[in-house]
Amino acid sequence: MDFFTLIQVLDATVRLAIPLLLACLAGLFSERAGIFDIGLEGKMLAAAFFSAAIASMTGSVWIGLLAGIGASLFLSGIHGLASITFRGNQLISGVAINFLAAGMTVLIAQSWFSQGGRTPSLTGAARFNPINFPGALTTTNEVKAASPLMQVYSELLSGHSLLVYVALLLVPLSWWALYRTRFGLRLRAVGENPAAVDTAGVSVVGLRYAAVAICGILCGIAGAYLSTALQAGFVKDMSAGRGFIALAALIFAKWRPWHALYATFLFGLFQALELRPDVIESVIGIKIQSQFLGALPYIMTVVILAGFVGKAIPPRAGGEPYVKER
Amino acid sequence: MDVMPKWAEVILVPLISLLLAAILSGLVILAIGEDPIAAVKLMVKGALGSTYGWGYTLYYATNFMFTGLAVSVAFHARLFNIGGEGQAMMGGLGVALACLFIPWPHWTLALLGAIVLAGAFGAIWAAIPAYLQAKRGSHIVITTIMFNFIAAAVLNYMLVNVLRPQGSMDPATARFPEVVHLPTLHDILGMVGISFSKAAPANVSLLVAMIACILVWLLIWRTKLGYEIRAYGHSESAAKYAGISPVKITMIAMIISGGLAGMMAINNVMGEAERLVLNATEGAGFIGIAVALMGRSHPLGVFVAAILFGFLYQGGAELALWTSIPRELIVVIQALVILFTGALDNMVRMPLERIFLALRKGNV
Repeated sequence: MDFFTLIQVLDATVRLAIPLLLACLAGLFSERAGIFDIGLEGKMLAAAFFSAAIASMTGSVWIGLLAGIGASLFLSGIHGLASITFRGNQLISGVAINFLAAGMTVLIAQSWFSQGGRTPSLTGAARFNPINFPGALTTTNEVKAASPLMQVYSELLSGHSLLVYVALLLVPLSWWALYRTRFGLRLRAVGENPAAVDTAGVSVVGLRYAAVAICGILCGIAGAYLSTALQAGFVKDMSAGRGFIALAALIFAKWRPWHALYATFLFGLFQALELRPDVIESVIGIKIQSQFLGALPYIMTVVILAGFVGKAIPPRAGGEPYVKER
Repeated sequence: MDVMPKWAEVILVPLISLLLAAILSGLVILAIGEDPIAAVKLMVKGALGSTYGWGYTLYYATNFMFTGLAVSVAFHARLFNIGGEGQAMMGGLGVALACLFIPWPHWTLALLGAIVLAGAFGAIWAAIPAYLQAKRGSHIVITTIMFNFIAAAVLNYMLVNVLRPQGSMDPATARFPEVVHLPTLHDILGMVGISFSKAAPANVSLLVAMIACILVWLLIWRTKLGYEIRAYGHSESAAKYAGISPVKITMIAMIISGGLAGMMAINNVMGEAERLVLNATEGAGFIGIAVALMGRSHPLGVFVAAILFGFLYQGGAELALWTSIPRELIVVIQALVILFTGALDNMVRMPLERIFLALRKGNV
């Protein structure tokens, strides 16, 4: 394997890790506030559809992005209503949201576009197009011939869509918000001991709704990235289990922002390698089944959860509805 | 003392939830520019208007009875088994191995053997998450979700690399031998002189599923083990105090649950497809969640809910065939049923409780 192939694989890793990262951070905010969310998948899917659909209608990816975030926020609202206001089972609510999104996206897509559950292909301003850094080479042949440093600069760092850089910036931002602001402290507290937060005169319900809303916005961006940046349009079930891989990454990261970055990039690498079986074979000399690579994030999560490699302890009040004055 | 009388708890709450789900589904159909009344008529005609329709409705219902019971048994121990899909996939693998590699003399023996293997494969696939929950404290919901994906990968590997007959491009096993073919309802009802559609896939597995409903009822409400499972589900600390081992109950409840989900494969793999294909389960494992919630985890409720979902499935297929409403409408209905009977249960319950409380005060 030459250096350029490595860069190419890493480049694909970045592209594939970004939706995982966004969804993982989304889950992080929600679960840190004590609201389990297995509906990440559904929210991403809904956002992917609405951003592609609206972008193709208006021709503006920005309006599409807003529509995607709106759709995701709507589902977050349902989740909040079920799990905060009506103190229902958060896991069941998440399952319902996943199915709701899986069904509704195809239903609406068929009704609006009649293309078998997809949106028309997006072009031009209806997509998030790659941003090329100054001086970066753009054609594959040029990059291949350039020096290693230039290859890294042109292929790996430059040429991603805006949302990639936004997602990467969101990692330190999330860390700062969670660990260096009053809101973050309260948010984490409400996931560990809501009664204490309540005693301090801060609204548990308000904080949890805020967390669920942040989760909705981030899932919305993740979904928009899928259909308007990673691909050019929506196809049925395009989130393809990414919401669950993000959930796995969240556990892997033990509910911490920087670790979420590492975990999602690791899982992104697996996905990139799954597409390039030739690379693995040339590096380690053995053919690895692609199915095994695909299942690896899930297997690793099970192992981590079982506490064989360090213990993953979720927020203490996670999944528990808060009842005042019990 | 309960706030609500029992009939309201068992009948009224689910009925109102269902009504809400139905109204919203109707609005969805309206919103995509179709006529809900006409759609329902078409669904009833397609699913219940002929023995062919009934044959499909009951075929789907059989699947959902198994997966619905699976989720129910786990619910009684307050365990949420989302892994029915993966367990049913593994059950399919068990059935395929039983049918392909054992020379059965007669289909009855083959059915028994397939039930055992399907159940065992499903049970093992549920036992690992159960063990991890009981002994290592990993959350069973997350582990069973992960095990669904791992099962899909295992099945994919087995079908593409191991069980696929030479020269075939299709990721599926060879067809099962003639001797293990299960009698369909056409054959069974034909013996007593009732004519039933020959093309419909409903088969003897339906009877197995009904027997399973009765056995689960006996287990949960008429045995010591069932009592222990329910006690553990109501209060873990009280159960512990009474000498019930949480590890034992978690393991047993999940093994029974996984076994039931796995057994679904005798219907879809052995009874219908007569070979194992990649997407054999078709999401039936997840529908089990909706069925169990709607049936209030009671076998009779599960039976009724499974038939209702069988009707929705067959009716939905007919809709997709004759109108421009895609099959995904069923997924939406399923989501709304889960949402209203499961997650938003309190939304219906709280106002009702207030009404009953006010009524009682009025009487005193």
